[in-house]
Amino acid sequence: MYEGLCLGIESTADDFGVGIVSFDGEILANVNDVYIPERGGIHPREASRHHANVAGKVIAEAFKRAGVKPKEISIIAFSQGPGLGPCLRVGATVARALASYLNKPLVGVNHCLAHIEIGRMINRVRDPVTLYVSGGNTIVSAFEAGRYRVFGETLDIAIGNCLDVFAREAGLRSEPGKPLGAVIEELASRGRRLVPLPYTVKGMDLSFSGLLTAAVNLLREGKYPLEDLCFSLQEIAFSMLTEVTERALAHTEKREVLLTGGVAANKRLQEMLRVMAEEHDARFSVVPKEYATDNGVMIAWAGILCYKYGLTTSIERSFVKLKWRLDDVEVPWFEG
Amino acid sequence: MIGVLIKKGAEASIYLGEWCGRKVIFKKRLPKKYRLPELDRAIQIQRTKHEPQLIHKAKEAGVPTPIIYMVDLEEATIVMEYIEGKRIKDILNDLTSEERIKISRQIGKLIGRLHKSGIIHGDLTTSNMILTPEGKIALIDFGLSEQSVDLESRGVDLHLVKRALASAHYKYVNECFNAIIEGYEEEMGSDLTRDVLNRVAEIEKRGRYVAER
Repeated sequence: MYEGLCLGIESTADDFGVGIVSFDGEILANVNDVYIPERGGIHPREASRHHANVAGKVIAEAFKRAGVKPKEISIIAFSQGPGLGPCLRVGATVARALASYLNKPLVGVNHCLAHIEIGRMINRVRDPVTLYVSGGNTIVSAFEAGRYRVFGETLDIAIGNCLDVFAREAGLRSEPGKPLGAVIEELASRGRRLVPLPYTVKGMDLSFSGLLTAAVNLLREGKYPLEDLCFSLQEIAFSMLTEVTERALAHTEKREVLLTGGVAANKRLQEMLRVMAEEHDARFSVVPKEYATDNGVMIAWAGILCYKYGLTTSIERSFVKLKWRLDDVEVPWFEG
Repeated sequence: MIGVLIKKGAEASIYLGEWCGRKVIFKKRLPKKYRLPELDRAIQIQRTKHEPQLIHKAKEAGVPTPIIYMVDLEEATIVMEYIEGKRIKDILNDLTSEERIKISRQIGKLIGRLHKSGIIHGDLTTSNMILTPEGKIALIDFGLSEQSVDLESRGVDLHLVKRALASAHYKYVNECFNAIIEGYEEEMGSDLTRDVLNRVAEIEKRGRYVAER
């Protein structure tokens, strides 16, 4: 019935996700279980315990939704990095076990690459400048000479991290289905006054740590309403992101802009990028939320692309790579 | 109409035109519709004012840069000399190794002079370096420049050079960067150069995902 099926496992951070995708790109299952800390940010050990606890359940649910049996799976893909070590190791262990048990090839996938590839597939984008923004990543990349080159990235913390830490400092709480970024977005929509905060673009790179410190200091001074601070933080940070994406677009002369990652859900960021892309006659698209946040489907799809080019991972080479860079990965399937 | 649009950059539009009988560049910062108008205006004015000041300072340091004829803050426009020549970005990959090294060393000297005078260029891509018919290299686009003698700022500036080489001239990154550092060292001396290079290595490691940390 299917030419082949890939089961993909994602576990770089707080999500444990499993996706089942056919070789021609049909998505049969996308199951996710997110670790929600009682307080503070993601504790790697606690998150990895969560992943180990839910792994069996999530995989069983994925098979059930896809309506396929384990033996029908042709390859097993997993997120090999970059990410949090303990979390990555759970996904890798599960993937190794499945691949050995089913006697199927194993494919270690670069997490950032998977975000770009699922976006290209779902949004039917050919050769974009991609802005990938999440709790752990802030990367502007575009394909050039065999790889997704990094044109700009954060020099310190990721934008999602910046927003989350500010939110926690302000005593805000996330709820299921409403991450801290969404809470900030809601408050920002009621903000009116632009409070001066540092705007830090260095060539094509960005820095958010100074912005975060300044915003937190103003918060503690208590002179400004929280709504105005959220509004200003978003306006400044997203303007920086849009400026850098615009630079990459002008530099590479590409015709498409793709927005992905957890922060991609923010409507104000989407709006800024859309306006910018229009000015350059570039097509703008946002990856739908379920495929923009971490998920197993993107890992499965990237695994299929790798597998078709013979890029499998032996068990001995399947150790996790915490700092694996996007521009370290060859992309032989790219046709633009 | 101020001239023919020759480049629509991310930051500004560049027009080639005439001003008082001279062939000039109009660099006009266009409002960014994506930014809040008040934020946009503040960034535009700050950058339009700042850029000519640093271009002038660079000249004092012995770095060829365009002559500034006029600054119009209302229009966020700078009128400056048009420098004839070719962008290093367009020619670097096609040069012989010997020429590439010679040019890279010259670039390194210019960066060294800037840094020695407390100027950080801030956007040292090869698109912002022009090889003139006389064989001189001029630096343009000081739109993101700042004054600083901090090791950190110098490190970030050189880190940017490396990054730019890695994206547009990835085959020759090491060859070019090593030659740039040789030129840089001639101006900055070996002690400072070593310190800056150590900082560059540190900055690279600070990146979110790097092989060694």
